[in-house]
Amino acid sequence: MALDSKVPEGVLADKWTKHKGEIPLVSPANKRQLDIIVVGTGLAGSSAAASLAEMGYNVKAFCFQDSPRRAHSIAAQGGINAAKNYQNDGDSVHRLFYDTIKGGDYRSREGNVHRLAEVSRNIIDQCVAQGVPFARDYGGLLDNRSFGGVQVSRTFYAKGQTGQQLLLGAYSALNRQIAKGRVKMYARHEMQELVVVDGKARGIIAKNLVTGEFERHSAHAVLLCTGGYGNVFFLSTNAMGSNVTAAWKAHRKGAYMANPCFTQIHPTCIPVSGENQSKLTLMSESLRNDGRIWVPAKKEDAEAIRSGKLHPNDIAEEHRDYYLERRYPAFGNLVPRDVASRAAKERCDAGYGINKTGEAVYLDFAAAIMRYGGEEAHVKGLKNPSDVEVKALGEKVVEAKYGNLFQMYEKITASNPYKEPMMIYPAVHYTMGGLWVDYNLMTTVPGCFALGEANFSDHGANRLGASALMQGLADGYFVAPYTVGEFLSTDIRTGRISTDSPEFEAAEQAVRERTEKFINNNGTKSVDFFHKRLGKIMWNEVGMARSEKGLKQAIADIQALREEFYADVRVLGAANGMNPELDKAGRVADLIELGELMAKDALERNESCGGHFREEYQSAEGEALRDDENFAFVSAWEFTGIPAEANLHKEELTFENVELKTRSYK
Amino acid sequence: MDLTLKIWRQNGPQEKGEMKTYPISGVEEDMSFLEMLDYLNDQLINEGIEPVVFDHDCREGICGMCSLFINGEAHGPGRKVTTCQLHMREFKSGDTIYIEPFRAKAFPIIKDLMVDRSSFDRIQRAGGYISVNTSGNTIDANAIPVPKQNADKAFDAATCIGCGACVATCKNSSAMLFASAKISQFSLLPQGQPEAKERVLNMVHQMDLEGFGNCTNTGACEVECPKGISLENIARMNRDYLFASLSSNK
Repeated sequence: MALDSKVPEGVLADKWTKHKGEIPLVSPANKRQLDIIVVGTGLAGSSAAASLAEMGYNVKAFCFQDSPRRAHSIAAQGGINAAKNYQNDGDSVHRLFYDTIKGGDYRSREGNVHRLAEVSRNIIDQCVAQGVPFARDYGGLLDNRSFGGVQVSRTFYAKGQTGQQLLLGAYSALNRQIAKGRVKMYARHEMQELVVVDGKARGIIAKNLVTGEFERHSAHAVLLCTGGYGNVFFLSTNAMGSNVTAAWKAHRKGAYMANPCFTQIHPTCIPVSGENQSKLTLMSESLRNDGRIWVPAKKEDAEAIRSGKLHPNDIAEEHRDYYLERRYPAFGNLVPRDVASRAAKERCDAGYGINKTGEAVYLDFAAAIMRYGGEEAHVKGLKNPSDVEVKALGEKVVEAKYGNLFQMYEKITASNPYKEPMMIYPAVHYTMGGLWVDYNLMTTVPGCFALGEANFSDHGANRLGASALMQGLADGYFVAPYTVGEFLSTDIRTGRISTDSPEFEAAEQAVRERTEKFINNNGTKSVDFFHKRLGKIMWNEVGMARSEKGLKQAIADIQALREEFYADVRVLGAANGMNPELDKAGRVADLIELGELMAKDALERNESCGGHFREEYQSAEGEALRDDENFAFVSAWEFTGIPAEANLHKEELTFENVELKTRSYK
Repeated sequence: MDLTLKIWRQNGPQEKGEMKTYPISGVEEDMSFLEMLDYLNDQLINEGIEPVVFDHDCREGICGMCSLFINGEAHGPGRKVTTCQLHMREFKSGDTIYIEPFRAKAFPIIKDLMVDRSSFDRIQRAGGYISVNTSGNTIDANAIPVPKQNADKAFDAATCIGCGACVATCKNSSAMLFASAKISQFSLLPQGQPEAKERVLNMVHQMDLEGFGNCTNTGACEVECPKGISLENIARMNRDYLFASLSSNK
């Protein structure tokens, strides 16, 4: 099948307006006859479910958490981008579009990204109208800060809890529709299978996680808003329950997976402390506004720190290597995430790491504390304040900006970041890859849509900070509610979809068989045992640096792991009733298959771009070497039975409005 | 470190539960409390014993999914932390740790340490929103200036994670801290004014319907709240409620 992105013809800036004007409308009376299933209630899912219900469709929403408000969007910290230009620093829709295309290393679709930039402004208006308490300055107007990869201040924020506040906003809109009976909410339910009837997505099999029962739910369209798959690495900043199952089941039913190897490794996370660690915690990118990243310039100092003989505060300024400022003077500590992560790995691999594992660098606020303290002293009119006074004033300013992050850091590490530099290291955070979608956000299965992190379309090979929240809400509030009309307008005579069809029967049967297999397997190892091994393979071979040899090995190792998993996994308890181990087994089974496809995708992409770094393709200075001549395309994989033998379909990327350049932050 | 864990096991909502004892060794002080439970569960699975069921998700103190009453305190020892942020360095080798679910009439037990907190969702559905449709045509965000001190207070109230520690801690199983935080966020903002009276009346009514108790001003909820939600919110809610009861057209 040829991949048609269906991006409208015409001038870039007019495409979305023109397209919206041409999408066939569904009358209010007909909307009442149409059912839509929304899976996932993060920013994309909650906002889509609420908006579609407001428009008049019947919506059923599903989440595996005990409440829609707990979806992992809640954990996003730093902010949300919007081209409001409130700071009068030269921002515009075009600049946000350009920054996103460039930040994504020219591997995203122009039309989609421009639409994202256009609606970004509406998001802020909408959220404020809903009562989202964004940070404000003393005049009562909205405040902004800067994020990596850009030179303007366009990030709106609510301290370090922006995701929480935006999700609670979307959740309140969702609640309003649940209260009206327009949305039927199914919490503690997990999608187990997509049901395809006559080539169209017509429903799902969901598991009630409390009773263990399987339920058939039909609809005229299914929206997957199920987030990313970072948990394929076991250790990531994702929530424990984040998984790929919904997307993977759709993939197995014909939805192509696009660019699955494009993974974002976030540079500022709390380093791994031990073998029993279950997840990694992010320290918001906003900290790079004020924190300076460094390692000792001398290897012997790094060794002394590792063995506990030297304290970082005792290393003189001239013996510190602020390597981002040194390598990238134009952007300094605010280079994009992929660049910052690789630079940290480079220093640690060279022996300059500063914790006992040798895999950590410093993020230091001492200079910012003194700078802010000096400003405060000036405001307060203090004459010749002492360093101690300035420091105390500065700590207060830093606390107001980042207090919850500093507290979180101290709780986890038992180290006080006001007094000594934070230790950080890159960790898996976000997946740019996902289900392939066209301009309408529809996958290759008609009627099955993918929104937010679950799709691939906007971030190319690297996502800029504060753009995930923007995309989730753009897709859910402002894109999908209109674009589903194009598909649904042909469905007004269809009538309710029966759940008694052979397709529903077969889908439910498949789910039952999978479940029973796990329960009756009588293996010897826990699910986590296999998940951790998968994570190690992925981190070592499909992580920050990849090579042909390593990727081939990874495919073989994952295939062997899959066989071992099915032969030897042990799931106790019964199939009916609450059984989290059983649910986890199903999720890990899908992550193992996905991991194999990610390795395959990385192996076939013979270039380095964004978060995908192939050791064979780098410049003499260690910068990524992109190959636009041969790889300016989206890899869309069609499932054939074995993940590593998936069929590759290419969507060529055409750039009519930006010139492809080597991404330079020097 | 070596610990003795006393854990509430209950097979289902209607079954009888009991405390069971599990000795555990090899716990490291860098483990979070939930990682310690993962570690226990791994051992239980190896021994053929069904693992302990507990709610958890983000493991960074923001989703509000984790709960647990540890040694008689919601989210265990330490202030302003959720159970997932509690680390084993707070305990010492030889300790006996009692682990129970959050208990309240409005939080029925599902299994072991997992409870049903959907009553909180229903309180929110009774009015915890501003009635504005998605249109893209609302007024410009900066057309509604909000005094910084009000915006900051609204934000502080809005940081409630809905975990239910306040209810579990309260001797009356009252949800006043939770409900008042949700109501305050909107009552402090100009956008929340048109529906302010109906909101407080409806949400308080729903809270009563769910079987939560009343507030007797002991303040235990504020002490145990992992997000430091202030009692000031309860005072504000009571004032708003009284005002709305006397002046609403309803």
